[in-house]
Amino acid sequence: MSGVDTGDTAWMLVATALVLLMTPALGLFYAGLVRSKNTLNTFMMSIAAIAVATVTWAAIGYSLAFDGDGALIGGLGNAFLSGVDFAPREGTTIPELVFFAFQATFCIITTALISGAVVERMRFGPFLVFSALWSVLVYAVLAHWAFGGGWLISGGTLDFAGGVPVEMASGFSALAAALVVGARKDYGRQALLPHNAVYVLLGAGLLWFGWFGFNGGSGFSTGEGSVLAFTNTLLCPAATLVVWFALDLMRGRKVTAIGAATAIIVGCVLITPAGGFVSPGWAMLLGAVGAVPSYYLIVWRTRTRVDETLDVLAAHGTAGFFGILFIGFFAQETWNGVSDGLLYGNAEQLLDQVFAVLAAPVYAFVMTFILLKAIGAVMPLRATDKEEAMGMDVNQHGEEAYATGEGAILLLPDDHDKVAVPVADPG
Amino acid sequence: MKLVIGIVRPERANQVLEALHRAEVRGFSMSRVQGHGGEMDRVETYRGTTVQMGLSEKVRFEVAVSNGFVDKTVGALCEGGRTGEVGDGKIFVVPLDHAVRIRTGDTDEGAVTPVSK
Repeated sequence: MSGVDTGDTAWMLVATALVLLMTPALGLFYAGLVRSKNTLNTFMMSIAAIAVATVTWAAIGYSLAFDGDGALIGGLGNAFLSGVDFAPREGTTIPELVFFAFQATFCIITTALISGAVVERMRFGPFLVFSALWSVLVYAVLAHWAFGGGWLISGGTLDFAGGVPVEMASGFSALAAALVVGARKDYGRQALLPHNAVYVLLGAGLLWFGWFGFNGGSGFSTGEGSVLAFTNTLLCPAATLVVWFALDLMRGRKVTAIGAATAIIVGCVLITPAGGFVSPGWAMLLGAVGAVPSYYLIVWRTRTRVDETLDVLAAHGTAGFFGILFIGFFAQETWNGVSDGLLYGNAEQLLDQVFAVLAAPVYAFVMTFILLKAIGAVMPLRATDKEEAMGMDVNQHGEEAYATGEGAILLLPDDHDKVAVPVADPG
Repeated sequence: MKLVIGIVRPERANQVLEALHRAEVRGFSMSRVQGHGGEMDRVETYRGTTVQMGLSEKVRFEVAVSNGFVDKTVGALCEGGRTGEVGDGKIFVVPLDHAVRIRTGDTDEGAVTPVSK
């Protein structure tokens, strides 16, 4: 097919698979952060996002995001993958099918990210409904604004890999979700501790690995922007880690493992919008400086009544916010070939970035708030206190992450209606 | 002297700890156990294998107390452990022959009475 570059396409096929891996990695990261009785439910929310958001993306989300350049929303020309084939996507050298799949993986992980705000108490059914509606009404709209020809990108806002639709959208939606669903019943009264820090570290490591496809693929080629973003994805989170260690040392005289895992995520988020626009040196500065607000927001949030359980706002919302703003100061045309920031004499770029950090959080917060209120009016969002105490794994999925099998009575397929003989019954 | 053994739901363990604290019972041990006391409400499925879970996770408190503290301890275990559903657990009070505090060599009543120093 003319216009398709084989090298670019080869890289984008790999990058798409890398980004898809990020969602199970997120599931692992989140699962380690909750109590053991909620391991599977937490992981399954990420798997659910793969299921639901892929289908909604193919049906309508992709079209609303990437068909045409309306200011607020795209068209329905690509609904149900109509016209998405081997021809190159406009403005790229890769087949639109690959472009669609790559963008689908972004919609998936963004939807999965919000689950961090509601784990350990939100029922699985309402989460499926929420995922379906959110992926279309919030993600697709913001993706259109920032990527697909909407008012932000056409007005000059720079967002390389998703500071607007991915990071700020998930972070501020998570805050709204935590407020609507409400705190866990034991929140603030008992210590609710992560049950497996190794899952958390491994999940963070796999997320970082996948993020090379996320940022490195967002130039849709093997060109300079992609190469710059790829290397910045190494540099920026490393700087965040170093600063996080220092902050941990100052605060508690010990460097923590779960803190390190969090720092990896924060660093990757910081460089997401800026990856292809700032020099490697500025990327490291971004990682170092950007660590501070997220660190202190997490420390402060846990003292409030807001049970935004896994701190999606601090890790994604505020880090995305600072990444987007950073471009306005430090973007450098000699590196990105597109635009300079304030530091290089282009104050207008900063203004364009400010529009994004004002509009995206408001839209994401308000829409998510309304959406969950509406779903809550139709079905209960939360498990009962008794179910919450028993654990979401058993009551939502009928499975346990760490089942031993001791004392379990095998039910044969045609035995399901019979009452099994209790082990203590002498008869 | 009595040994009070309380077997409660793991999700109530924190409430039991709080209740024991309020009752000024300071010395105890707890362990995770599996048990069965009539509740048969958990059916789980792993691919094609469906099982009824006959054993449930429980937490077992063991509290050695002087006679004057028996009722307080039992009361705290009941208060902290009760949800009203089948599976709340049991309390057993058994006689205790002899007790020694290893650090000081104190015996019996002296060994089960908390020291403040």
